[in-house]
Amino acid sequence: MLAPDALAPAAPATRVRLSTRGIALPTLSVAASLALWELISRTNTISQHDLPAMSTSFRALWHLMETGAFWLAFLRTVRGWALGLLIAAALAVPIGIVLGSFELAARAFRVPIEFLRPIPSAVLIPVLFLTLGTNIRSEIFLATFGAFWPLLVQTMYGVRDVDPVALDTGRSFGLSRLERLVRITLPSSVPYIATGVRIASTVSLILAFTAELFMGIPGLGQKVNVVSSFGETDKVFAYAIAVGFLGLAIHLVFSGLERRALRWHPSQRRGTA
Amino acid sequence: MTRRRTLAVGLEILVPVLLLFGWQLYTVHAHSFKFPRLSTILVDFKKEWLFAHVGSDLVPSLERIGAGFAIATLVGIALGVLLGMSTVLRRIATPHIEYWRAMPPPALLPISIILLHSIQNRQKVAFIAFFCVFPVLLNTIDAVRGIDPTLIDTARSYRVPWQQRVWRIVLPSALPQIVAGMRNSLALAVIMMVLSEYFSSSSGVGYQLLISKNTFQFGPMWAAIVLIGLLGYLLNALFLLIERRLLAWHRGWRAATPQ
Repeated sequence: MLAPDALAPAAPATRVRLSTRGIALPTLSVAASLALWELISRTNTISQHDLPAMSTSFRALWHLMETGAFWLAFLRTVRGWALGLLIAAALAVPIGIVLGSFELAARAFRVPIEFLRPIPSAVLIPVLFLTLGTNIRSEIFLATFGAFWPLLVQTMYGVRDVDPVALDTGRSFGLSRLERLVRITLPSSVPYIATGVRIASTVSLILAFTAELFMGIPGLGQKVNVVSSFGETDKVFAYAIAVGFLGLAIHLVFSGLERRALRWHPSQRRGTA
Repeated sequence: MTRRRTLAVGLEILVPVLLLFGWQLYTVHAHSFKFPRLSTILVDFKKEWLFAHVGSDLVPSLERIGAGFAIATLVGIALGVLLGMSTVLRRIATPHIEYWRAMPPPALLPISIILLHSIQNRQKVAFIAFFCVFPVLLNTIDAVRGIDPTLIDTARSYRVPWQQRVWRIVLPSALPQIVAGMRNSLALAVIMMVLSEYFSSSSGVGYQLLISKNTFQFGPMWAAIVLIGLLGYLLNALFLLIERRLLAWHRGWRAATPQ
């Protein structure tokens, strides 16, 4: 048994309901805070040099979005994110299934996993400078490394949590090991894996961006580094807004996917115990 | 069964030892200056971190983690209880929480330096605290919303004043989940510390990592990596220890009541 605390499964995403009735308040709140930002800057409560006005920042973003360079950087970041997530999933899900199915295998790798998992991926940046160099490979490696762990842990938990009665029933009906895996174990661990994918999708973006910012690999992160060293504060804010929306889009899409993956699961159905 | 257990325990010890041994064997034969021998790294670790740089770098890093984590915990719990109890406030706050928690933290590193005019503790602590709020906040909101309404209603009909309700009912019921959020926050605090120090600083573990890399001192660089790994691991272990004490009543209660 793994210590339950060390590798606790993450809770599913909390649902954000936006009914038409409830949409006025959030909208007002966003509008009010944007207005407050404009006010603080225009009245020089915080100097406009440090905090460009909201309108200035969004105008800077608009101008950036009219350039091809912005979209090229944007697509590069998305590419690093997507490849990192895909490779992590391709590695972590099979390994998680093996470690989740065989107690001995899980025990054998418990210490290395528990030691490697909490290591902040950012410490790998200097190593990547020396090995893979300042290019897309480093970015993908870092994104993959970060996204790997939540996926691995969630998959292991999902496989362990399969109803033993269902497995025994499958066995007594003469299903082979492979059939049991495909028909029973995998479907019932999908919700866990979906939660893992949702967390990994965020982590992968953070690390793709981190690699670009710290290593100068082309992408939005590199752009932020360049404009901040030139002191173009309005563009620093513009890029931060853009990256924030990219993160938000990814978060919303993958939370949606997670809910879909959970919907058919007995635990989510109404009317079942 | 006992043979199986012995085998499991044996594997649990043997595999990490083999991995470390393999690393040493590989580095001895590779003769690569980028990958010093494991034994060299350990010697450098002793030279750098026992205890030459402890006062100048490790302590400042720990202070930043401590202060950032403490602020994040207090703000996260206070705000979380408020938002968990009030639907209106929650509606107001939701878009902001959703946007900022999805923001990749390094995107705000330059902004934090510009706004705070600092690359010292002020900026580091603020940066760490800002991002560490979210795990505590989200878990607190979730926990407070999950409290059995009968409890609150009973207290209300007995005219228990709201301060007492929060202090005696809401916080204790939400505590297990709040603590889970705090543990995620602590892990995040280490990452944020490294990121912010690696980006720009004049002291700290992340700073040592950066300068040893920039000056091609690969032994000390690996030693710093080992230290950060140990730091993450030990802080988590320490927190688990405290958590076990803090929630001892909860475990006892859970064990005694069938779910």
